[in-house]
Amino acid sequence: MMGKSQRRTLGGKYGWLFWALMLLFIYLWTITGLSFSGIQASAGEVTRSIINGLFHPDWAYVYDGSGEDLLSLILQTLAIAFLGTFVSAILSVPFAFWAARERRKNKMHWRSTSGKFTLVFIRTFPELVLAIMFIKAVGPGSFAGVLAVSIHSIGMLGKLFSEAVENMDRGVDEALTAAGGGRVDVLCLATLPTVMPEFLSFTLYRFEIAVRSASILGMVGAGGIGTPLLFAIQTRSWSRVGIILLGIIIMVTAIDWLSGTLRKKLV
Amino acid sequence: MNQVPERTFMQKYHLKGIGWTIIFILLLFLSSVMTEVNWGEFFSNLGQFFALLGRMANPDWQYTNIVVQPIIETIQMALLGTTLGTLVAVPFAFLAARNLVKSPLVRGGIRFFLNLVRTLPDLLLAALFVAIVGIGPTAGVWTLAVFSFGMISKLFYETVETIDSGPIEALQAAGANRVQIIAFAVVPQVVNNFVSYFLYTFEINVRASTVLGYLGAGGIGVFLQRSLSSFRYDQTAVIIIAILLVVVVIDGLSNILREKLL
Repeated sequence: MMGKSQRRTLGGKYGWLFWALMLLFIYLWTITGLSFSGIQASAGEVTRSIINGLFHPDWAYVYDGSGEDLLSLILQTLAIAFLGTFVSAILSVPFAFWAARERRKNKMHWRSTSGKFTLVFIRTFPELVLAIMFIKAVGPGSFAGVLAVSIHSIGMLGKLFSEAVENMDRGVDEALTAAGGGRVDVLCLATLPTVMPEFLSFTLYRFEIAVRSASILGMVGAGGIGTPLLFAIQTRSWSRVGIILLGIIIMVTAIDWLSGTLRKKLV
Repeated sequence: MNQVPERTFMQKYHLKGIGWTIIFILLLFLSSVMTEVNWGEFFSNLGQFFALLGRMANPDWQYTNIVVQPIIETIQMALLGTTLGTLVAVPFAFLAARNLVKSPLVRGGIRFFLNLVRTLPDLLLAALFVAIVGIGPTAGVWTLAVFSFGMISKLFYETVETIDSGPIEALQAAGANRVQIIAFAVVPQVVNNFVSYFLYTFEINVRASTVLGYLGAGGIGVFLQRSLSSFRYDQTAVIIIAILLVVVVIDGLSNILREKLL
C-alpha cells in the first residue's frame, strides 16, 4: 500500500527509474565536481596525536588563576551565551508579533510575510560575519560575541515565537476583548501569559545552541574558549587541544541536561 | 465548608518567584561583568557598525561571476557530507533503538557515543579536520559527515522507536532472523521518514557549509574570509546574498520533496 501511494506521488509507473537516474546524475555531478585535494601525508600521525592528546590532557591548564585558563574561559563562554540569549529573547518578541499570521484565513498578509522574510534573512546572515562586524564596532572581545549571539538568535527565536503566537489559544484574548479590554490589556494580560511558557522553553532551547556557537565565536576573536582552541590547533599542542575539547564536551553536556530538565518542568 | 485553602509561608510571600528572579538578575549581572559589556561604547560606536552595513548595501555585482563556482562547491560538499554521514548513521541508529536492541549496555554505550559526537560544534570539527587532512573541500566533507552523523543517528533511532511492532512480531513468529526483520519489517516503515530527515539535515548542512571555508575547509567560506580580511565589504555582501538565495532555494526544494514523502 505504501509503495503504491508513493509511486502515485512521485510520478507514473516508471517514476522510480526517473528518480534513480536523477540521483545517479546528482551524485556523479557532486563527486566529479569536487576537487579532492587528497589527504595530506601526516593525516594519520595528526589523528593519533589528537587522540593521544584527548587521553593525556594538559591538566595544568584547567585552572592557573591567570584568568586565561580553561575554567574562566568556559565561564566566559557561558556568559556570552546567557547574555546573548537573554537580549535576543527580548528583541524577538516584537519580531514574533510582526511575523505571526493572523489566523488561517489570509495566507499572503504583507505584514506577516515581510516579517517572515526578515527573519529568514537574519537567520541566514552568517553569525561569524556578524561577529566580525561587531568586532569592528566595539573591538575584539567577548562583548562582540554577546552582540553577535543576540542578533543572530533573533532569526530562529523570532520564528519559533511567531509560530507559538499563531498556534496559541485565542479564547483568553476574546474573553478580555469581550470584557472591554483594550489592545494593551489584551497583550499584557492574555496573550503574553498564554505564550510565556512556550517562549521560555524555546529560549532555553536556543540557549543550548548559543553555548555551542559561543564556543566557536572565539575563532574570529569574539571571546570565549574558541580563541585558545584555534591557537592550540595551529600550534599543534595537542594535549592543550585535548583538555579544551574535554571542557567543551562537559560544558555542552551539562547545559543540555540542565536545560532539558527545566524545559520538561515548563511544558 | 467554604474554606479558603491555607497558603504556606512560601506561597504567601512568593518566595519561589522572588528567589528565581534574584538568581536570574545575579546571573545577568555576573555575565555582564565577565563579558565586559559596555553599552555606552556600543551606542557611541554604533555609527561604525552602520557605516559597515552601508558599505554592504552597495554590493559589487562584478563579483557574482567569481562566486558561482564556490557556491556550487559548497552544495556539493554538503551533499556528499550528508550522504556519508547518513550511511554511517543508519547502522548506529538501528543499534541504538530500544525496540530492536534489548541489551541496555549496547544501547547505552552507543547513545553515549552519539551524545559526545553531537556536543561538538561544526566549526570546531572543521578546525580539527583542516589540521588532519589539510586545507580544501575534503576537510569540509569530513566535517559535515561527522556533524550530520551525530544529528541523523539521533533522528533515525527516534523514528525507529515509534514504529508499529506488529510486522516485527509477525516476522519473528515466522522464524525470520535479525537481518530479515530489519529489512522487511523495519525499513519499509521508516524509509520515508529517513529520506525526509536526510533532506532536513542537508538543509542544515548547506547553511553550515557556507562558513566552514572560513577556517580553510573549502566552499564559499574561503571567499567570505578573503573578502572580509581585505575589507571588501561590497564583495561580502554579494556572497551573503548568494548564500541567502541558495539557502532559500534548497529549503524550498527540500520542503516540497518532504511534503510529498510524508
